[in-house]
Order: sequence, then structure tokens, then C-alpha cells
Amino acid sequence: MKLRPANILSVLYAAALYGFIFLPVVVLVLFSFQESRIPVPPFDGPSLRWYAAMFADSRMMEALGNSLLVATLSSLVSLTLGFLAAYGLARHKPPGTGALRLVLTAPMTVSYLIIAMGLLITFNHLGIPRSLLTIGIGHVVINLPLCFAILYSQMGDHQANIERAARDLGASEVQVILLVALPMLWPACFAAFFLAFTFSWDEFIIALLVSRFDVTLPVEIWNMLRSGLNPQTNAVGSFVFLISFVFVIVLDVIVFGRRRVKGESAK
Amino acid sequence: MIANSRIRQAYGFAAPAVLWTAAFFLVPLAIMALYSIWQRVGMSLKTVPTLANYIAFVEKSFFLKGLLNSLEVTFTVTILSILLAYPLAWILAEKVPARWQRIALLAAVLPFWTSYVVRSYSWLLVLSDGGVISNFLMQTGLTQESISLANSRTATVIGFVHFFVMLLTLTIYANLVQLPKSYIKAAQDLGAGPIRTFIHVVLPLTLPGIMVGAFLTFVLCIGDYITPQILGGNKELLLPQTLMLQIQRRADFPMASAIAMILMAVVTLAYAACSRWLKLERA
Repeated sequence: MKLRPANILSVLYAAALYGFIFLPVVVLVLFSFQESRIPVPPFDGPSLRWYAAMFADSRMMEALGNSLLVATLSSLVSLTLGFLAAYGLARHKPPGTGALRLVLTAPMTVSYLIIAMGLLITFNHLGIPRSLLTIGIGHVVINLPLCFAILYSQMGDHQANIERAARDLGASEVQVILLVALPMLWPACFAAFFLAFTFSWDEFIIALLVSRFDVTLPVEIWNMLRSGLNPQTNAVGSFVFLISFVFVIVLDVIVFGRRRVKGESAK
Repeated sequence: MIANSRIRQAYGFAAPAVLWTAAFFLVPLAIMALYSIWQRVGMSLKTVPTLANYIAFVEKSFFLKGLLNSLEVTFTVTILSILLAYPLAWILAEKVPARWQRIALLAAVLPFWTSYVVRSYSWLLVLSDGGVISNFLMQTGLTQESISLANSRTATVIGFVHFFVMLLTLTIYANLVQLPKSYIKAAQDLGAGPIRTFIHVVLPLTLPGIMVGAFLTFVLCIGDYITPQILGGNKELLLPQTLMLQIQRRADFPMASAIAMILMAVVTLAYAACSRWLKLERA
């Protein structure tokens, strides 16, 4: 790139915008290592004091466990239901497939706040107690469309032919799914599961409205915010960031890494 | 016979997912719609159909002001995000070498893997009294006293723009890299300068990318409770905040339902306004 005014301006602009994007994250992580009680300048660390406080906080650890449990189970349910629906609709194309696809993807078009409110009113009306189970139900509602859409888009004719060959050779429908369809689609399944997991892990408003005593991590963080700025909140936030970051890297290496290798060998 | 059993089997596979969506999404929406025409009287529920909640929405300035604030903030955020994102998308597509583009994009979305609640909190660290900006201004002698930008509409807008600039950069970038270079060359061969080429060729062809991003921004922004609640404070309320007040403070589910229905109507209107471009993207 030559040193022309337009190029210099481009570099400055990109640097300014990247600075804007990274500023809060850098501040968050930096002041999680603060020594004193307030996470504002001057920085007087580094200290791991607030990380120790976080791991010693039993409510926080309980919320962390709840989050992992809800995210794992709700993503598994979303993936299973989404896979079966995508398989049924993409393979056999029964009459009314278009309408069913519309129903299955409809929750993506409605904001989480409204989905949460609908569930709250319904559970309240029917006298169903709010718990981790109700949070999980809500998370399946938002992640099922995602898993369905990803898997539906990946079920091409190429795989259909191989599945037909398996059926002609005498495989039962269960064998076709477990031994043929699932192995061929596992990168897509993996991507769907991890996306669903990160969405559930980060979801706040549904978890707030349909929970009661057992809460997930974002709700517990929300409760902490009432006490104002606090380095322990920084520590928890940085920790959540680290976990999500590891997920993204895993997803990228496993799913997109495979595709990249395939693409390069095809050249 | 065989065809019939195959079709039945297909429905069988789709049934659990469809039933789940019906039971926990469609039915709750229907119940919510029903609640919105019921009324809370004292502590009990009056199940006679009435438009009282909707009339209250129009008559009480509290709700209308919330809607107005929401629309103002959302439009400001959408326009600011487009204006900031377009040049960045262009720089990424045109100026950054191809093999660095992927890394640049990954770096750009990296902060978005912090939790949404934590991200708003991080802005509080930057904007609040004695925070990073206030401290910087005092150190450089630009101000004498510490200042607070938090608990204001400005803070809400900054928090939102931070989130949506990257979303729009991605959608506009995706559009720009698909744009054949020959179109731009053709426009230049026909005598158009860089500005005319941009206005008459590049901009119209990237409009779908802008509109998809703008629509997503609008929908996600107007329905969000977290950012205005953390960064905006309680001085002026946005519509989702008034909705949450009905639930948490007053336990008035019928009124909250009516607000939710109005929120859905606004989003549907936005979709109708953008649908021309949203369809174009799919084709």
C-alpha cells in the first residue's frame, strides 16, 4: 500500500473505529486486575484478588453451574428437534413443507423480550412454577429455529443420494440417520450446537423473567450491577469473555478449518 | 401406499419441533394477545374484552413518550451506525489485502463475544463519573472537574452504536466484496468521477446490504431493555423499560401485553418498509 493521503486517511479511520470497538473490552479486562475496590483509573494492580473473590462467591459459582447446565441441555434438545425436523422436511418434502418451515423459523423474527413475556404470562396463567426448567424451555424456543435453519440448509441432494443408497442396501430409517446422515452432517451439527450454546449462555431477558430462585450467570451479573461499579463484576465479565472466546476458536477450527482444508485440497 | 407412509414418517420427524414451537411460542403469543384486551382491576384479572389498555397507551403521556424516545434513539443509532460502518466496510473490502480481511473481520467481532450485559457494564466503566474518559479529560487539563456521561441518552446511543457498527460493517462488507470490479471500471470508462461512480453505481448496488443491516439494527435496538436500563438510567424511559416496569413493579400483565403488541406492530411496520430490499437480498 502506497503512502497516499487516501490510504493514510483509511488507516486512521480504521484505527479509530477499532479503538472505539475495543476500548470497553480492554478497560473491562484491565480493571479486573485492579487492587483497590473501584475499577476506575488510576490502575493499581495487577492483582488476582477479584478473581479469587469470584471463585469464592458461592452464589456466583452456583449461577455458573446453572448456566452450563441450561446451555448444554437446551442446546442438545434444540439440536435433536432441529435435526429431526430438518431431516423429515428436507428429505421427504411432504405437502405443507413451506408452511412448516415458516412456523419453525418464526421465533427468529420476534424479539427475545416478547418471547420472554409470552412465556412468563403463560407459565403464570397455568400456575407452572418458574425454575431452571422454564429457562431451558425458553432457550429451546430461541435456539430451535437456528439449529433447524442451519441443518436444513446443509441437507443437499448429494447426501440424499447416499442415504437412498443405504436404504436400498437394507438400512432401517434409524440406521440411515445414525450411521449415514449424522456422520455426514456432523460439522453442521457441531456448529449449530455451539451457536445455540453461546446464545443460551449469554441470554439474559428470558432467563430474568422466567426464573425465580435459581438463576443463570447473566442474571446474577445483573443483580451485581445494583451495587455499582465493582472489580469483581469486571472479573466475572472477563471470565465469561474468555469462555466465549474459547468456544468461538473451537468452532472456527473444527467447522471452518475443515472446510478450508477441503477447499485447498480441491484447488 | 409406500409414498403415504413416507409422508407420515416425515411428519413424524417434524412433529416434536413443530409441537414445541406451537406450545411455547405460538400459544404464548396468543395468550399474550388475549391478555392485552383484558384488564387488571385491583389485584384481579377482568376477562371482559376491552381496549382500555390500548386507550391508556395513547392517553397517558408516559407510554407515548416511551415510544417516541424509543423511535428517536433507534433512528439515531441506525443512521449513525450506517454512517460509521460504511467507510470501514469499504476500507476492509478495498484497502486491506485479501488474506488479512478474514482476520480483520474476526478481530472486529471479537468484543461481541463478551456477554451482552457485561458489554453495557464496560461502557459504564468508560463513561461514568471518574471513569476512563473523565479521567483522561482531567489528566490532559481539558476539564477541571470529573464529568459523567453515563445515565444519559448519549450513553445509551454510544452503547448501541458500539454493538451495531460491527453488524452493519459485516452486512455491507459482504455486499461490497460481491460487487464486480468491472462495474466500477465501466462507470469510469464512461466518464464518471469517483463521486458519481459511488452515488450511481456502488451505493445502489450495496443498498441491500445496508437495508438488511439497518433492519436488524432497528429490530434489535427497539426491543432491547438491557442497554437503556444500564446506560440510560431512569431519567427518560424507552418503551421496553416502560414494559418491564409494568411487569416488575406493577405486575400489570394486561398492560405489559398491550405494550408488547404495540412493539410487535412497530417491528412489522419496519419490516413492511424494508421488505423490498430484504427480498432482493435473497434473490
